[in-house]
Amino acid sequence: MSRASRKKEQNSRPNIITLVRSYFIRHFQVFFYSLGQLSRSPFSTLMTAMVIGIALALPTGLHVLLNNAQQLSGGWESTAQISVFLKKSVRAEQAQKLQSDIQNWPDVVSVDYISREQALKEFQMLSGFGDALKALNSNPLPSVLVIKPRLNQNSELTTQNLLNKLRILRQTDKAQLDMQWIRRLYAIMDIVERGVLILGALLGLAVLLVVGNTIRLAIQNRKKEIVVMKLIGGTDAFIRRPFLYTGFWYGLFGGVIAWLLVSFTLLSISEPIEKLTMLYQSQFELNTLSILTTFFLFIASILLGLAGSWLAVGRHLREIEPQ
Amino acid sequence: MIRFINASKRYSSGFDALQNVSFELADGEMAFLTGHSGAGKSSLLKLIALLERSSRGQVIVNNQNLAKVPRRRIPYFRRNIGIIFQDHQLLFDRTVYDNVALPLIIAGHSHRDIGKRVRAALDKVGLLSKEKKYPITLSGGEQQRVGIARAIVNKPPLILADEPTGNLDPELSAEIMGLFQDFSEVGVSVLIATHDIALISQLPYRVLTLKSGQLINDTGSQAGTEAEDSFGGAR
Repeated sequence: MSRASRKKEQNSRPNIITLVRSYFIRHFQVFFYSLGQLSRSPFSTLMTAMVIGIALALPTGLHVLLNNAQQLSGGWESTAQISVFLKKSVRAEQAQKLQSDIQNWPDVVSVDYISREQALKEFQMLSGFGDALKALNSNPLPSVLVIKPRLNQNSELTTQNLLNKLRILRQTDKAQLDMQWIRRLYAIMDIVERGVLILGALLGLAVLLVVGNTIRLAIQNRKKEIVVMKLIGGTDAFIRRPFLYTGFWYGLFGGVIAWLLVSFTLLSISEPIEKLTMLYQSQFELNTLSILTTFFLFIASILLGLAGSWLAVGRHLREIEPQ
Repeated sequence: MIRFINASKRYSSGFDALQNVSFELADGEMAFLTGHSGAGKSSLLKLIALLERSSRGQVIVNNQNLAKVPRRRIPYFRRNIGIIFQDHQLLFDRTVYDNVALPLIIAGHSHRDIGKRVRAALDKVGLLSKEKKYPITLSGGEQQRVGIARAIVNKPPLILADEPTGNLDPELSAEIMGLFQDFSEVGVSVLIATHDIALISQLPYRVLTLKSGQLINDTGSQAGTEAEDSFGGAR
C-alpha cells in the first residue's frame, strides 16, 4: 500500500472515542428505530404481542393463585388440633374433670370442652339442618374435647405421642388429629406447583418459537437490506442488532399484556372471593401481582423475546449472503 | 493494490469460473475487465471482495492475503472497498442521504462527520440537491450515481464496479466513466467490469480480457504505467 493511500485510509477511520460513542448512540437509535418499525404495522405487532401475552399470562396467573392458596393454608398449620370424641356414657362432670386433667399435661396448650348440647346447637346453626334435627328424639352428637398441642421443633412426634396418649384413655371413643387434610392439601399443592412450572416452561418455549418465527419473517422481508449491509461491510453484530431489539420489544409488549390480563382477571375475581371468604367468616385478602412477580414476569418476557430473536437471527442471517 | 497469483475458482457444481489468472493492479491504477457474459468477470470481482474465495492460487488485496482473512474479519476488509453494482443495490425505503450515509454509520463515524462526508460525496456525483429524495423517484443514471456516492463516501483505496453502465445510454455512461477517472486521479485504484467495448476503446486505460475463465489479453503496461505516472506526479 502506498503512503498516500495508507494516510487516506487512516483519515477515513474514526478514532476510538468516536467509535465508542457512536456505538452507544447507534444502540440508542436502533432501540427506537426498531420500535418505529413495529409501529408501522401496529395490527400484526399487537397480534404477536397478544399471543405472547396470553401464553405468559397463563402460568403467571396460576402462580399468583397458587401463592394465594399457599398463604391461605399457611395459617392453618398453627391451628392444628386434636379432637377427642368422648363416649356417650361419659357425663358432663366427668368430662370437665378430664378437661382440667389434660390441661396440666406438658404438651398441651389448651383444652376446650364442647358439651353434647353445645355441639348440637352449633351444628344446627352452621349446617342449616336445624329443623330436621328437631325431628330427632335424642341428641346424636358426642361431647368433644378440643386440644391444642404445644408446637415446637419436633411437634410432629410430640403431637403423635399426645394423640396416642389420648387414644388409650378409657373415656375416649375416638381421637383424631385435624391436620391430615392440611397435609393432603399441601401434597396436592405440590403437584399443582409442579404442573404450573411445567406449563410455564412449555408456554415459555411457545413464546420463544413465536418470537423466533416472527423475527424469521422479518429477516426474510429485509433480505435485500441485509445483503446490502453485508456488501458494504456491516458486521454480523450490526445487522443482528435491529432484530434483537425487535425481539426485545415483542417480549416487553407481551409481558405488559400478560400483566394486564392477570391484573384484570384478579380484579374481576376479587369481589366473588371476598363474598366467599365472608361466608366462611374469615379474613382473606386476595394477593394481586406483587412487584417482585411483575419484575420477574417482565424480565422473563424480555429474555424470551431476545432469545427467540437470537435463535432466528443466528440461524437465518448466515444463510443470506450476497451473490 | 490487487495481485492475482495463479488464482482459480471452481464452483461446487464443477464449473471452472476462473483458471490460473495472474495479474497485478497498482495503487491508483484504473483498469477495465472485459469479456463475454460468463467469461468470469463477476467471479473475479467476487474473489476481490471476498464474496467468494479462490479454490487455488492466491489473491492479495491491499497487502492482505485473502485466504488468511477469517470470516468475522470480512466486514472490516470490505470497508476498504467501494463496490458499485449494475442494479445499484440501493435501499428504497431510505432517502438518498441515508443510503449514502450507511457505510459511515456502519464504520461508526460521528454524526457531524457523517453529514460532512455524505454531502461531499453527493456533491462529487452532482446530486447534492437530491439528498432528501427517495431513490425510486430518481432516474436510472441518478440512482447509479447514488450508488457511486455510497461507494466512495468512506474514501476506500479501491473501487470495484460491476457493469456500472449496463443500463445507461452512452452519454450517461461517459459521465459515469468520467467520475471513475476522477477517482483514479486522486490515487484510488479502480477496476471496472464491463462488456461495453465501444466505451472503453475510447479511453486510454488498461484492459484485461477474460475468456472462459482465462485471462487472454492484458493491454496493461503502457496505459497502466501512464495512469500510475500521473498519480505519482500528483503525489
